Amino acid sequence: MDEIIKDFLIESAENLDRLDQDLVKLEGAPSSTELLAGVFRTIHTIKGTCGFLGFARLEKLAHAGESLLSRLRDGDLTLNAEITSGLLAMVDAVRRMLAQIEASGQDGEDDHASLIGHLTELQSGAAKPSGVVSESASATPPAGATKVADVDSMPVQEQVDPGKIGGVLVERGHVSPEDLAGALELQELGRRKIGEILVAQGAVRPEDVAAAQQAVQARNPESAVETIRVGVNLLDRLMNLVGELVLARNQLLQFSNSTQDAGFQAVSQRMNLIATELQEEVMKTRMQPIGNVWNKFPRMVRDLALSCSKDVSLEMEGQDTELDRTIIEAIKDPLTHLVRNCIDHGIETPETRRQAGKEAAGVLKLRAFHEGGQVNIEISDDGAGLNGERIRQKAVERGLVTSQQAARMSDRDIFNMIFLPGFSTAEKITNVSGRGVGMDVVKTNVEKIGGTVDVQSTARKGTTVKIKIPLTLAIIPALMVTSGGERFAIPQVSLLELVRLEAGEGNKGIEMVQGAPVHRLRGRLLPVVYLNRELQIGLGGKDARTDRPTNIVVVQADGREFGLVVDEITDTEEIVVKPMGKQLKGISAYSGATIMGDGRVALILDILGLAQRARVISEARESALSDKEKVNKREESHSDRQTLLLVQCGAQGRMAIPLSLVARLEEFPATSIEMAGGQEVTQYRGQIMPLIRLSRVLDAGKEFAATAEGRLQVVVYSEAGRSVGLVVDRIVDIVDETLVVQNPAERKGVTGSSVIQKRVTDLLDVPRVVREVIPGFAEQPAGV
Amino acid sequence: MGASQQFCTFFLDGHVFGTPVPKVQEVIQHQEMTRVPLSPDVVSGLINLRGQIVSAIDLRRRLGLPERPEGQLPMNVVVRTNDGAVSLLVDEIGDVIEVEEETLESPPETLQGFAREVVSGVYKLSGRLLLALDIDRVVDLSDLTKTKGTREF
Repeated sequence: MDEIIKDFLIESAENLDRLDQDLVKLEGAPSSTELLAGVFRTIHTIKGTCGFLGFARLEKLAHAGESLLSRLRDGDLTLNAEITSGLLAMVDAVRRMLAQIEASGQDGEDDHASLIGHLTELQSGAAKPSGVVSESASATPPAGATKVADVDSMPVQEQVDPGKIGGVLVERGHVSPEDLAGALELQELGRRKIGEILVAQGAVRPEDVAAAQQAVQARNPESAVETIRVGVNLLDRLMNLVGELVLARNQLLQFSNSTQDAGFQAVSQRMNLIATELQEEVMKTRMQPIGNVWNKFPRMVRDLALSCSKDVSLEMEGQDTELDRTIIEAIKDPLTHLVRNCIDHGIETPETRRQAGKEAAGVLKLRAFHEGGQVNIEISDDGAGLNGERIRQKAVERGLVTSQQAARMSDRDIFNMIFLPGFSTAEKITNVSGRGVGMDVVKTNVEKIGGTVDVQSTARKGTTVKIKIPLTLAIIPALMVTSGGERFAIPQVSLLELVRLEAGEGNKGIEMVQGAPVHRLRGRLLPVVYLNRELQIGLGGKDARTDRPTNIVVVQADGREFGLVVDEITDTEEIVVKPMGKQLKGISAYSGATIMGDGRVALILDILGLAQRARVISEARESALSDKEKVNKREESHSDRQTLLLVQCGAQGRMAIPLSLVARLEEFPATSIEMAGGQEVTQYRGQIMPLIRLSRVLDAGKEFAATAEGRLQVVVYSEAGRSVGLVVDRIVDIVDETLVVQNPAERKGVTGSSVIQKRVTDLLDVPRVVREVIPGFAEQPAGV
Repeated sequence: MGASQQFCTFFLDGHVFGTPVPKVQEVIQHQEMTRVPLSPDVVSGLINLRGQIVSAIDLRRRLGLPERPEGQLPMNVVVRTNDGAVSLLVDEIGDVIEVEEETLESPPETLQGFAREVVSGVYKLSGRLLLALDIDRVVDLSDLTKTKGTREF
């Protein structure tokens, strides 16, 4: 194909995308002459070029659009929804013709006679206004229209050359040439902007200055940045080469460390710096603002809102947030789907909204921002919100969970069930959404690029979907670990902290709860996964060795934390993610592989996949909730099922404490006990915490020898900001049981008994026990 | 004269196998490999081929032949497949030989198991038989990936 036609196609495609946005914006602000002029200019350019290239049909269509626009520009017509739809239809037709030109070199057989006729009709229709037109041609935008608030572009306007703004203001008669001259003189003296001076003098209104700034921007589009077009293939190739360079650099550095040659070391250091900088810059060339994806939304939202007879206004914030282009590609479809969902399911019809006391126009908000080396994207609407009850019902109907499980689940877990395959609560299937495909695809696609999705919703207030994704996929920081004699990389984004249990502590630091290993991390129970056992490598009693320190890498996947036990933690390193062959694609434990400084290959662990394999996170996400959430659930559901902490204490034997009353589990050395006012206390989190030996309280009168062992197991109970530690002999287990309380006993400190794990177990009345020992507990304020 | 084709040959447990030359990217010495836990047994590991990560498939295991004797280092035959390069671990490399299409026969009945599925034909050479491998079939492990260590969907 001719170079000139290729250029025309690329340029036109960009122009058409802009037309989409501009037309939608224009519909919201029909009086903006700048926008109108911009739209006119774009269509005029297309028309001119295709006339020149000999695409007569295309030219004819563009001409019809241009004529309509010229009437609008001249003020003979006011833009309304009908005209906008007509113009958008023309944009679509032009796009189809361009695609045809790209494929065949011809502008096709279809002469779009009916569309041209329609455009001509619109032109004349408003000259003698019909009822419909005059009604919607009023100053307010028509119902169903989309208003676009461009939140981020406001501050940018400040950078416009002030001299030219003055020129525009004079040209428009907002200010006299004399006033401008005076203001310019003042500007010579100070550093204020011309607009500010004129406004301060009262010579001009601030709105006029803003309008003039827009005009200046529109006139000097090329003054913004100097750019050239570069093929995406070339950028990808560059990125690959830089990846190779980084690897070679890593090898070089390792080599230079083993030599004494100062000159060589200096050169490799320099090489190191250059490679790092080059890597950063090349990464930047691949970065694109997320606005490139969002640009399609104003048009889409408008069309969808019209077809669903809803009134939706779209707000976008953070369009400039940059992402690697591979990631932009990957999130395009998920985002589109979410936006569609918001309009189709989230936002109610104007009548429903009015009845609910809301504005008739729903607000759909897109927000993007950087946080902690990741990009956050939020899609929120102020619609009806998710119906937790209906999702519960549906989940039970589909057999995804039992009704008991559903009742115990927190709202957050319930809401996140919408991401399960085949899950849709929509009562009627529309052509937009509701088929139950999609949300699971959204989740899969986002997770594929190492991101996470979460949904939050409040009934009648709206729904927010939060997506977190990495900035780039190509080169990532990672923690290198070894397990079973192999090296693995753990992506830094999954990493929370590192815990090292000294030799001998390993066995005590990792306990078994219901057969599953856990570690008490600051009182919280953290599920533990042995990497070598999970990967079935280097087995042979190694992990049982207590003469070596135990390293736990605390990671998170899908919002849940767990500990990964590895043999050694080596280093953090920038790694280049490389795909693995198809032969290994099915193994969920790895997300790829990389080449290390010594030239060998190391596998990159897929933390989410590993968690699912190890059943730390169940695939249906209905179990494996962290204990804290279990507590929340218990409180929410008001069912008889309770999560209980079983403890062993003295002659009393097993006791059960509702986990909801347990703030933390701690372990103190016996030496940390001090006496204050005849009461055993210990220093805990900047407070003096009284300690109650449960066995003494419950079996009053008996004398107990001071615990010989060095460490005390303490259940921390908090009330009104005050904490008290209940000393028990041993923490036995955490169980989930349906409580049938029998013989509410008269014994002090016990609310009754229940059969737990086939054994009669007393239920501890914690508040009463505490007050027994410390009368007036939590009545004096904390910190006294 | 019928059509002829060039074959790259290699040895496995005393048998001569071969694949058309255009399928072979290169032949390299034994490389250090990184094991891939949970992978099917036939995948010996990953090798670094000038910055590209390539899976190495042990052809003996893949064809159900006895294990290679201890201490005998395999060679890598890097083949081109639809899914990028894959390395096949073989005992030894043979010559590149020209074979006549007319000497081709279907695989003998004595070939058993999986080997029978991937041997696309047998060429009668003077004194030996050359077993032609269907490379794309050899590297497609989908018949194995339902084994342990893979994710159940």
